[in-house]
Amino acid sequence: MRLLAVLLGGLVFGAGLAWSTMARPEVVLSFLHLADFGLLLVMGGGIAVTALAFALAPRLRGRPLFTASFDAADARLDRRTAIGAIVFGVGWGISGACPGAALASLGIGNAPILVAIAGMFVGAWLQGRLLPDGD
Amino acid sequence: MDGLFPTGWTHYLAGGVLIGVGVAIVFVATGLRAGASAFFTTTISYITQRPAFQRAWMLRERTVRTVFAVGLIAGAALFTLLVDGAWFTTEVPLWRLGLGGVFVGFGTRLSRGCTSGHGICGMSSCTRASLVAVPLFLGVAIATAFLLRPVLGP
Repeated sequence: MRLLAVLLGGLVFGAGLAWSTMARPEVVLSFLHLADFGLLLVMGGGIAVTALAFALAPRLRGRPLFTASFDAADARLDRRTAIGAIVFGVGWGISGACPGAALASLGIGNAPILVAIAGMFVGAWLQGRLLPDGD
Repeated sequence: MDGLFPTGWTHYLAGGVLIGVGVAIVFVATGLRAGASAFFTTTISYITQRPAFQRAWMLRERTVRTVFAVGLIAGAALFTLLVDGAWFTTEVPLWRLGLGGVFVGFGTRLSRGCTSGHGICGMSSCTRASLVAVPLFLGVAIATAFLLRPVLGP
């Protein structure tokens, strides 16, 4: 049941990425060129619903439906947070692809995005080899 | 409005709300604040025994992260199949996708979050980390896209 719920959440999230056209790198790049501000609406809509869920769920229910406890937000802030965000921004500006949107992009039939996904695996592997997290 | 959103705005808002509902479902069901980028690290944990890829959280979350990623792909496919029928192939050159992807994979894992982990989940909890990370990656991505535009075109 737990995994079915996660699958359902992923399905809805993926449908949202397709509907919002964020699964198309061209649309993301048109935001980064400041020609279309849709991406900010997508983030705003997502944040509004998510903030509500994060605030209300732990108050209305002591625990999640299928596990023992709600995870705390990961708020660790250090040099990694900032340097990683800068490196991510460079890659996002080059490609127009970010992790969730790249996976959804496969779903809308965008075969070339496999190259971006392969690159992300290489990047994640390099991070673990060169600058692994302490925990 | 047409100047800010030349292709209309309703699909952006509707898609964003669906993204939030997806995150909410996972949170209510499992307590996990699901971003997308951890999937890359947890998948690598299946194929190498290096300690950097065998952290407790990776082993604990990797099944869930894999199922979530399958959901992202299938959800986008179902939407395209059942609702808008607009299958899509990008014109962005492969080298840009590949090179950018390496930076995205490295940076998001170093920063412990991406557009969903920091941008949606972190901002929704107003964590200090995400309040730093999101303006940084948005600003750097915009600057990068502008700098590359004269060289590469749109």
